[in-house]
Amino acid sequence: MLEIKNLRASLEEEGKEILKGLNLTVEAGKVHAIMGPNGSGKSTLSYVLSGRDGYEVTEGAAELDGQDILEMEPEERAAAGLFLAFQYPVEIPGVGNMTFLRTAVNAQRKARGEAEMDAATFLKVVREKAKELKIDAEMLKRPVNMGFSGGEKKRNEILQMAMLEPKLCILDETDSGLDVDAMKLVADGVNAMRSPDRAFLVITHYQRLLDHIVPDVVHILANGRIIKTGGPELALEVEKNGYADLIEEAA
Amino acid sequence: MALPQAKLTATQERLAGLAMPEAAGWSALPRAAALARVQAMGLPGRRDEYWRFTNPGDLIAPDPHPSRHHPTQKTPVFHEMDRVRLVFVDGVFDAAASDDPVLAGVEITRLAEAQDQNIHWAADLYGTLEAHGHEPVERPLAALNTAFATDGVLIRATARAAKPVNLIYLNKSDCSDAILHHVIKVEPGADLTILENGPAAARFNKVMEVDIADGGTFHHVRSQGRDHDRRAVTHMFARLGRESVFKSFTLTVNGVLTRNECVIELMGDHGVAHVAGACLGDGPDFHHDDTVFITHDAEQCESRQVFKKVLKNGATGVFQGKILVQPGAQKTDGYQISQSLLLDEDSQFLVKPELEIYADDVACSHGSTCGAIDETALFYLRSRGVPRAEAVDLMVLSFLAEAIEEIEAEEIREEIVTRLSRWLSRHRG
Repeated sequence: MLEIKNLRASLEEEGKEILKGLNLTVEAGKVHAIMGPNGSGKSTLSYVLSGRDGYEVTEGAAELDGQDILEMEPEERAAAGLFLAFQYPVEIPGVGNMTFLRTAVNAQRKARGEAEMDAATFLKVVREKAKELKIDAEMLKRPVNMGFSGGEKKRNEILQMAMLEPKLCILDETDSGLDVDAMKLVADGVNAMRSPDRAFLVITHYQRLLDHIVPDVVHILANGRIIKTGGPELALEVEKNGYADLIEEAA
Repeated sequence: MALPQAKLTATQERLAGLAMPEAAGWSALPRAAALARVQAMGLPGRRDEYWRFTNPGDLIAPDPHPSRHHPTQKTPVFHEMDRVRLVFVDGVFDAAASDDPVLAGVEITRLAEAQDQNIHWAADLYGTLEAHGHEPVERPLAALNTAFATDGVLIRATARAAKPVNLIYLNKSDCSDAILHHVIKVEPGADLTILENGPAAARFNKVMEVDIADGGTFHHVRSQGRDHDRRAVTHMFARLGRESVFKSFTLTVNGVLTRNECVIELMGDHGVAHVAGACLGDGPDFHHDDTVFITHDAEQCESRQVFKKVLKNGATGVFQGKILVQPGAQKTDGYQISQSLLLDEDSQFLVKPELEIYADDVACSHGSTCGAIDETALFYLRSRGVPRAEAVDLMVLSFLAEAIEEIEAEEIREEIVTRLSRWLSRHRG
């Protein structure tokens, strides 16, 4: 599903290299977790994959289902099936959540040459999915993320993901700022979307999210590279011993 | 004090081309008084402080700049609403194109036909608020309007009007030079909504005087657009009584030179005055100026000024806004915000926000910002699959939302948003 080969990327303004030859393969149907200390390049990886300005790819490739995504605009990557759940979802005053969702769903359908979803169907689907995430009608009506609590913002991210039905979901520190109940709700939303033709890349600092979204594979990212790959037990090891030993071991 | 020679000459040249109506009836006196004011003040010039950001040249020239563009619109703004339409073509009332001016609780009379009639309230009001509005800043083009207005409408609301009155302006002649003067009186407890839209003339000078008695409510929504050659100066003078409400919103797109002045005086306690504007300018010929002056003369009144401008491809936006709190106007709640979203580096926003406060127990705030599109929010929208151009449109609507929310009627608000969205999709890039 996702194939990253020797990816090198720098901050455009400072020219500082953040990703230093990263290799990663995520198969369809699998959940891969990426853990790593602060500054290891976790968020940079999510931004480079989703096409945010400010990063320069200097070497390597990233393919989604065999398609090179690094040359695409962010909206083209989205239409190709990539979704990034933001660590800090953005507030957009004056644009209704529903309007935004419908614009996004139909823009992607249009880009893929599919028919737009009619208003009635859209309303029905969005209400169903919102209910599962305990997002009430009031939240759907409000401007995007305006006045939402941390938990509500993250649930709203998952709602967008559920509506857009991407092939590859990248969750960037989705657990940050969540209490246990909120985390469980978000995890349930993610787990409900696990399917043989969808892959997840879960970026996190802590192991606790992985109790709820159980990964198939865990990678440790340090200094712009994957330094170790293992099963869920690797996350437990990090939780117990920290990253220092692993980094030393890899050096 | 004698006027500077250049100003005197410009004023004389302009006045030479104007004539008062022959049978002005009761309006003869206020017209003569207004003419005397114009002669004493002189017409605005580039060196006047109040016209520092806007060149009044086209507005005071002896002849109007010809309009090359005569838009026809199959579905003009507000067309789906139930309303009483009053149509003015090149500044002249067109009875055939208008609805019967019949509305329960509302008296409607055409200015050009009213001057022989004994309409006391209008005779008392015509030119009165305009005359009062020159203190402390002169507004000579409004006085010129009072003196030489060729037509307009007198509206008196004595109860809650069941539907809005829509003043529709049409421009058919290349060189029409329209001067319209409307006088509106909202009696105690009455409630009236005025809608305005349409290209009025090659050059347009409009004054609206609005007197709102105790407990009266006045809503005003205006759409300025379509007329790409618009050169217009408009003045709204409002006087508010106790517990009365005034709310005005203007959408401005296209046009060459537009100066909208709004002068409001809160005279009775617990009055509420909101004036808002959303403006979209595209291209170096676009110049739009909002000039607002709100005076708090009573206690516990609330005023809001919310002006948002989106400018691109070298467009210019101006905002001059003032809140004046007079001695004794305690518990005043005054708010003023003027913001621009500049979509490129060629466009500019010129602002002069002012507060002048002579009471010690008030809450007044003002703010002015000038910025570019928020790249993080833009990326957020694009990452969901919304193409860049559409995402920019959404960001523009988001930016304008605070001003649009000042429109109270949901139906009108939605109509304005729909128009805006269409304008945006036609003006991408």
